[in-house]
Amino acid sequence: MLDWPILSTITYLPLLGALFILLIPGEDETVGRNARAVALWTTLATLILSIVMLFEFDGSRTDLQFLEQASWLGGGIDYVMGVDGISVLFIILTTSLMPLCILASWESIKTRVREYMVAFLVLETLMIGVFCAQDLLLFYLFFEAGLIPMFLIIGIWGGARRVYASFKFFLYTLLGSVLMLLALIYMYWQVGTTNMTALANFEFSSAEQTWLWLAFFASFAVKMPMWPVHTWLPDAHVEAPTAGSVILAGVLLKMGGYGFLRFSLPMFPLATDMFTEFVFALSVIAIIYTSLVALAQEDMKKLIAYSSVAHMGFVTMGIFAATHQGVQGAIFQMLSHGWISGALFLCVGVIYDRMHTREIAAYGGLANRMPIYAAVFMLFTMANVGLPGTSGFVGEFLTIIGTFQVSTWTALLAATGVILSACYALTLYRKISFGELENEALQSITDMNGREIAVIAAPVAATIIFGVWPAPILDLISASVEALLTNYHDALTGVGN
Amino acid sequence: MMLQLDIMTILPELILFFGAMGLLMVGVFGSSDLSRPISWGSVFLLLVAAIVVLFQPAEARFAFNGALLMNDFTALMKALTFLAVAASLVLAHDFMHQEKIERFEYPVLVLLASCGMSIMISANDLIAVYMGLELQSLALYVVASINRDSVRSTEAGLKYFVLGALSSGMLLYGVSLIYGFSGTVNFQELASLGFTGNDIGLIFGMVFLMAGLAFKISAVPFHMWTPDVYEGAPTPVTAFLAVAPKLAAMALFMRAVITIFPQAQDAWQQIIIFMSLASMVLGSLAAIGQQSIKRLMAYSSIGHIGFALVGFAAIAGENSAEGVSGVIIYIIIYSVMTIGTFACILSMRRSQGMVEQIDDLSGLSQTRPFMAFCLAVFMFSMAGIPPLAGFFGKFYVFRAAINAELYTLAVLGVLTSVIGAYYYLRIVKIMYLDAPDDEVNLPMPRNLGLLAGASAFLMILFFIYPKPLVSVVDNAGDAFLEIDVQPGYVHYQDTAK
Repeated sequence: MLDWPILSTITYLPLLGALFILLIPGEDETVGRNARAVALWTTLATLILSIVMLFEFDGSRTDLQFLEQASWLGGGIDYVMGVDGISVLFIILTTSLMPLCILASWESIKTRVREYMVAFLVLETLMIGVFCAQDLLLFYLFFEAGLIPMFLIIGIWGGARRVYASFKFFLYTLLGSVLMLLALIYMYWQVGTTNMTALANFEFSSAEQTWLWLAFFASFAVKMPMWPVHTWLPDAHVEAPTAGSVILAGVLLKMGGYGFLRFSLPMFPLATDMFTEFVFALSVIAIIYTSLVALAQEDMKKLIAYSSVAHMGFVTMGIFAATHQGVQGAIFQMLSHGWISGALFLCVGVIYDRMHTREIAAYGGLANRMPIYAAVFMLFTMANVGLPGTSGFVGEFLTIIGTFQVSTWTALLAATGVILSACYALTLYRKISFGELENEALQSITDMNGREIAVIAAPVAATIIFGVWPAPILDLISASVEALLTNYHDALTGVGN
Repeated sequence: MMLQLDIMTILPELILFFGAMGLLMVGVFGSSDLSRPISWGSVFLLLVAAIVVLFQPAEARFAFNGALLMNDFTALMKALTFLAVAASLVLAHDFMHQEKIERFEYPVLVLLASCGMSIMISANDLIAVYMGLELQSLALYVVASINRDSVRSTEAGLKYFVLGALSSGMLLYGVSLIYGFSGTVNFQELASLGFTGNDIGLIFGMVFLMAGLAFKISAVPFHMWTPDVYEGAPTPVTAFLAVAPKLAAMALFMRAVITIFPQAQDAWQQIIIFMSLASMVLGSLAAIGQQSIKRLMAYSSIGHIGFALVGFAAIAGENSAEGVSGVIIYIIIYSVMTIGTFACILSMRRSQGMVEQIDDLSGLSQTRPFMAFCLAVFMFSMAGIPPLAGFFGKFYVFRAAINAELYTLAVLGVLTSVIGAYYYLRIVKIMYLDAPDDEVNLPMPRNLGLLAGASAFLMILFFIYPKPLVSVVDNAGDAFLEIDVQPGYVHYQDTAK
């Protein structure tokens, strides 16, 4: 174990970088150049630190590691940071996507570079904080504060309807979370502390659990997002700059799933059990309905956004199946979707930077001019479909297996989603890459440059490696998942269910 | 000996009163225009008074045969009021100079008003309540129309006076009813009657008293004067009206209701709940369509009073302490935010003069980044987004509400806070998302920049170390409850020794 507070260091290092960027003097151009460099180095340093933490992490233990505790508000509300097998990989996901985001914005962001980099670094701090926090109020603080930088990222550097999208994103998410705040306060009065371990050990009465579960569900379902509260996501994705979409799809959506795992299952087992069917129904609707909606999209980003909603349907389904495969699959699916959808948005960003349109109809025959791009895009299309051999397959397969043990019908219907995802993803790929180069403007389009290849290389590697050999991830989370589920099922049988 | 003690107890009021008289003489008989030195002198007097208040002995004591009360609660509220008044005087300098309405009467009147506020906070019998209130109000009516050549300003003063006189009348009517039905005006003696809400005469008296006081804090349905007066009065006067009188009136409201009617909770709690809900709803809905930032601030302050009243409604039974602390923390944070916001509003100056339309802020983040940043911090804070201080204000009042089992109020409260977030976001949008128009704001004057920066700094960093404020407020809350809520008669002579 380390004897220094590594989690706080990882969390606040980006904030430090942001402060540093704020202090850079000089003309706009120099500031922009330096801000990019500082942001990149900060995120890389954070990544390295988080990898150090991963090596120190003991996957066989189920308790919290690297625990930090300091007094904060007092009266049972303290500053507590710690990670277990469920959260540790989300931190790595965050820290590894951030340098890619900075690199992806290297040339495409030309105005107000300083503010842009500051917003991203602040956002990184808040996202890491969400996954480290072991105090409910602290969690809420990080969870909600992330709205501010994301609002600005979408609103300032977004597309044509950016104002609408940023407001919708902000107000939707805020509405979901304020109820969680009240639930948080209620729990505080019942237990006398907001320490998450203590809350998980406390047994709320069945009626309390129902209300609390619903309040938390409102927040996480919006964040996830689940059908029918997903409508902010397509707007936000379409209007956000490329890196914003990557972070949104890669990390922010995962906070919802993480929340279910961290709160709904361990703290409200009875209510979770009661609402399982309900969540299954919403998940299946999300999988099938949003896949169909994705089929009809004419905007690339919107299509990927709807496919994200469908994929998150697998995640909620797996989590609420509450079987070992289901939960493991859900976590794996979240991680894998993090880099696959992130990479898909990067791919869209590559051609958007060249053509400045996201309309599918504007493209066609790109394989002729951009062979590398076509190959990369193909890989991620296949991963998005869930082709065996890619990481997308492992997650979907495990969640379906896990759910099959609990509800055959749900698993069956969800499996049709895999077929539908093949329909829209392959259609997208065909329309963009194959066929003749009809659009005159595409004649001079150039293939991916070195920077773009460097950005995309990491997701490519992750998709293939963990698609073929998912064991490292599954082993790391296994013990914690097992402990979570043991407690969950004990709580259910304890009441004589 | 008694008299000497009494005089020592009202030392801060004496400082303000004789200071005001002295400065008035200087202003009248001074050779040239001394308005600026007089204003700084007033600031100095207020700071001295605040220091004296804080260094007075901590134990609770009465003065002038129980007409006034001093304890930790009154000391805290007085010190805050004095500081708020001092800040609003500093805010006024540049504006008054530019608009050529620098008059030495302004600081003198403000000092007299502060003296009245101080008596309001300390008041321990109904006569003192009325005296303090009228001393404050008369000075406020005059300062609202301090720009006597402006139709808007005089209209604001007149409106304020007519409606204020009406509310004072109601209050006085309530006071006389209470006196008529109980035979005493002393708070503790009234409390010892054990009125539980079954005496029709006292009920009438209580309702009239509360109506009069609700007018002073501009809680719905006694808010009608607020938007017009806020808009019409010169902006520094608005800044003054928005903070210090609210602090004092809120303190008096809590003391009057809770001390006099400790056992009639069922009777007054429903009134407070209604006012709280109505204020929150009106504050958030009516602000949406506003174009003038001063009118918007008026509705915003109505909404904030609604949130503070959530804490007030929770001052019930054995859980009262959280309610009292909640209200105090909320109004402290509200005061700092409001002073900062008005520092920014007062800096909305272009070459042709002051502007006060919200649209005049467009693109401010590019022309005046510091001012835009401060204002954005205040807006997010007012919307209650963590980690800014405004969030903690809401957290503490809702904490109290949940503890008092006011679930409906709490749920509706957080929902209106989401609606309110919309118009705060709109200001951020105009500053950050819109392009600057042709006219550029002049730079922030140094005083205003300092005040805005300091307030923003406090708002951002509050979450790191909130303990000092929380513990001071808890002390004040305990002092408040010690004398007030405990049933039984505490005679002043027992504690005066």
